[in-house]
Amino acid sequence: MHQDWIWGLVGGLMIGAGAGLFLLVNGRIMGASGIIGGLVDGSGRETVSERVAFLGGLIAVPPLLVPLYTTVDTHMTSSVWVIVAAGLMVGLGTRIANGCTSGHGVCGISRFSLRGIVATAFYLLGGALVLVIFRHFLGVI
Amino acid sequence: MRNFFAFLSGGLFGAGLLVAGMVDTKKVQGWLDVFGDWDPTLAFVMGGAVSVMFFVWIFAKRRETSMLGSPMPGPFPRLVDRNLVLGSLLFGAGWGLAGLCPGPAMGSLSFNGWEGWLFLIAMGVGMALAPRAKAWLSVLDRSTLEVPPCENGTKEASATSATRGA
Repeated sequence: MHQDWIWGLVGGLMIGAGAGLFLLVNGRIMGASGIIGGLVDGSGRETVSERVAFLGGLIAVPPLLVPLYTTVDTHMTSSVWVIVAAGLMVGLGTRIANGCTSGHGVCGISRFSLRGIVATAFYLLGGALVLVIFRHFLGVI
Repeated sequence: MRNFFAFLSGGLFGAGLLVAGMVDTKKVQGWLDVFGDWDPTLAFVMGGAVSVMFFVWIFAKRRETSMLGSPMPGPFPRLVDRNLVLGSLLFGAGWGLAGLCPGPAMGSLSFNGWEGWLFLIAMGVGMALAPRAKAWLSVLDRSTLEVPPCENGTKEASATSATRGA
């Protein structure tokens, strides 16, 4: 448990390396919501194969590393309503704001983008408020 | 070639998320739960990723084209508008509710059960609805702009409206 932050840092460096590779080699911003959203709403019609390849790596590589761990527990909730509401909000919110944790957070903050910093402040605020309301007051998550 | 490196980037991203423990919704909610059993791991993940990207941007900003010859991204929008703020608040709320954002939702798809798939489908529906939501928000904007400026009683304002009237 006390080593979590070290692995967090190592994982973070790997995420940064992935984002750096995508920017320097492909000339693209590594934003998960933008890459997925462009496929969903058709705005990324000209770059479909690149988007699919990126998501292919994102989906296919983690399970290859799972056997290295004794357990990988995602602690995912089984409440259908929580999942559906959360999914809708994440999908809508990231596309209205034009970015998520990877695009606004990793790629935006690192170039001191005001939009990235403001977005990050507000999604952290939104998340913290939900935890206060739904965990501490209502006790549902 | 582009697809190969895109796959590699996605793979690194996913592997990083797994190693960092960010596929664990409990750790993400633990970070957001500032009044509960607070878990600082996410700050180290973000710090690691941002510090790598800080150096990458130094090189990236000097380049006209990427290594594979395509134009570099940008210029980026600079306007902090209502969509950015409202969208981010909504995204953050959903993120806190389930502990999943788009990257980890994809990365953990293969071992996150039916729940992970359901989340992905709901997220896809939300993304598909987003252009409509944006159009709706911009209609609100326009209707606000079309409201004629109210009389605020200053001489200057009445003077200009008088000129315009004449």
